[in-house]
Amino acid sequence: MPRLWRFDETIDTDVLAPGKYMKSPLAELATHCLEAVRPDFAASVGSGDVILGAPNFGVGSSREQAAEVLKHLGISAVVAPSFAGIFYRNAINLGLPVFTLSDDFYHHPGLSDGAGLTFDFDMATLTLTALGEALPLEPLPVFLRDMILDGGLIPHLEKRFQAGMEETSMEEKGA
Amino acid sequence: METLARKLIAGAAGHAAVATGDVVVCDVDLAMIHDSGGPRRVKPMLERLGRNVWDKDRVVVVSDHYVPADTDETRAIQELTRQWVQDENIANFYDQQGICHVVLPERGHLAPGMFCVGGDSHSPTGGAFGAYMFGIGATEMAGVLTTGSIWLRVPETILIEWDNQLGSYVTAKDMMLAVCGRIGMGGGRYQAIQYAGAAIRDLSMQDRMTLSNMAAELGAQAGLIAPDEVTAAYVTDAGGTLPDDWRDYRIEIADDPADHLLFDAAALSPQIAAPHSPANAADAGEFGDTGFNVAYIGACTGAKYVDLAAAASVLKGRRIASGVTLMVAPASRQDQDRAARDGVMKILEDAGAQFLPNSCGICAGYGEDRLAGDDICLSSTARNFKGRMGAPGSRVYLASPYTVAASAVAGRMRDPRDVMGG
Ligand code: SF4
Repeated sequence: MPRLWRFDETIDTDVLAPGKYMKSPLAELATHCLEAVRPDFAASVGSGDVILGAPNFGVGSSREQAAEVLKHLGISAVVAPSFAGIFYRNAINLGLPVFTLSDDFYHHPGLSDGAGLTFDFDMATLTLTALGEALPLEPLPVFLRDMILDGGLIPHLEKRFQAGMEETSMEEKGA
Repeated sequence: METLARKLIAGAAGHAAVATGDVVVCDVDLAMIHDSGGPRRVKPMLERLGRNVWDKDRVVVVSDHYVPADTDETRAIQELTRQWVQDENIANFYDQQGICHVVLPERGHLAPGMFCVGGDSHSPTGGAFGAYMFGIGATEMAGVLTTGSIWLRVPETILIEWDNQLGSYVTAKDMMLAVCGRIGMGGGRYQAIQYAGAAIRDLSMQDRMTLSNMAAELGAQAGLIAPDEVTAAYVTDAGGTLPDDWRDYRIEIADDPADHLLFDAAALSPQIAAPHSPANAADAGEFGDTGFNVAYIGACTGAKYVDLAAAASVLKGRRIASGVTLMVAPASRQDQDRAARDGVMKILEDAGAQFLPNSCGICAGYGEDRLAGDDICLSSTARNFKGRMGAPGSRVYLASPYTVAASAVAGRMRDPRDVMGG
């Protein structure tokens, strides 16, 4: 069953994708993801797991491997009160769901490290297994959701280019 | 109320006005990429999309990260970069001429009113020219390179006002470390910072670039400074094109954005930020007798001409203490040439400095030159995250070139005014 990984410290991009391994293939880089703060993370994370981060998750450099490794490791969503902007954009562009949640829910006692839960992308909710309670996340604009559903910016553009859609279509969707 | 940020975004989006929170699609005037996040990452994506760059004249490529290319791996990265530039027929290519954020304006590519993106987190540097510029990842860059446009959620605006005048040996770097210390690394919340006030107007363009550059340390999207005569002169000298309406890109303090932070430049002391965050900044005097063995003057934010000249003004007729290694990586070829012409390089050399190529050098920790596990480094760079410049055990303190130079002479961390008797 998917579990929650809760990080109360600020997670920066060097912790997610350490510079020392940046030249390595993604699979190897991923084995070092978060090792500076949680040495067991990469080895024990499971598909569908959710990360709950402290405010400003992903602060630091523009390296998109920081988001890519999380997707590679099977993380289904990263949830935090706020995200560093470049990380946020990178995550969406790579098709990694990122959601903000209100302060009230951030401090919800059920969102403890290791808690069992399920994440629902369409509903934008986290359901705590123990309580059966669905916590609402802040919904994304429709065109960003479409981009994530297409698997990220590149597959999204590929679809558009193949359909012969021109650049303005992104705006029409976003408006 | 229209802020400079919203005026620039609205212009690029083709709207009369935009409001905070609006999601708009902007036309990109210029996209800058470097050897690390650029061709080697975007090429496969462009191939997959079956497209070439949307406008070769609006793309600038700079090789600066994997420089010097002294391994097979880094040589291959440089070769791939050159080949791609040739295949895409891109004329604006600066091969090992310096760090992208410094090379871009010095070659006349930036001007007030532009809307630009860069494949690097310190891309807000362009904001010093009254351009909206921000950093994006390689995937998003592939989107820009194929469509010439990008989505944006209009950010809120933070006004950072610096009143009065800086004292001697207090610099733009100290201003930014002080802001990081006050509002923290997340304080910018991916908003658009607007810098204003008398102390900002007094700064040279290269010092203003340090402010805009380190908007990244605050987590802001952009760091804007309104263009004035200083900007106009720089852009013209660099061979850039000044738009007729450049005076219309103003920052009005009365616009009263949600956040308005006021600082007093006259009261500011030289700052040092302790490991492992720029937000750990405090007055340099408080670091008393902290020892260190590596002094580094480098990076886009700490080794431009003005930074080299600042270090030289301290090191003139002095030598660095035994037990300290001083390494200097001038930010660009042009700046190094200028520093060589007017004797700055000679002063640094006579003081005992070793020189590294005009590149990111140790700042990014990518090359063979890296800090060892027991190194303690006092550095003029922008960030001191754990392990960034080398071994995880290394410790990096951040300061201005004055403070790095004065401390290198003293062999201990010092307020430069104590060393200079200022
Ligand atoms: S010098 Fe450092 S901060 Fe500047 S672009 Fe290079 S790696 Fe980034």
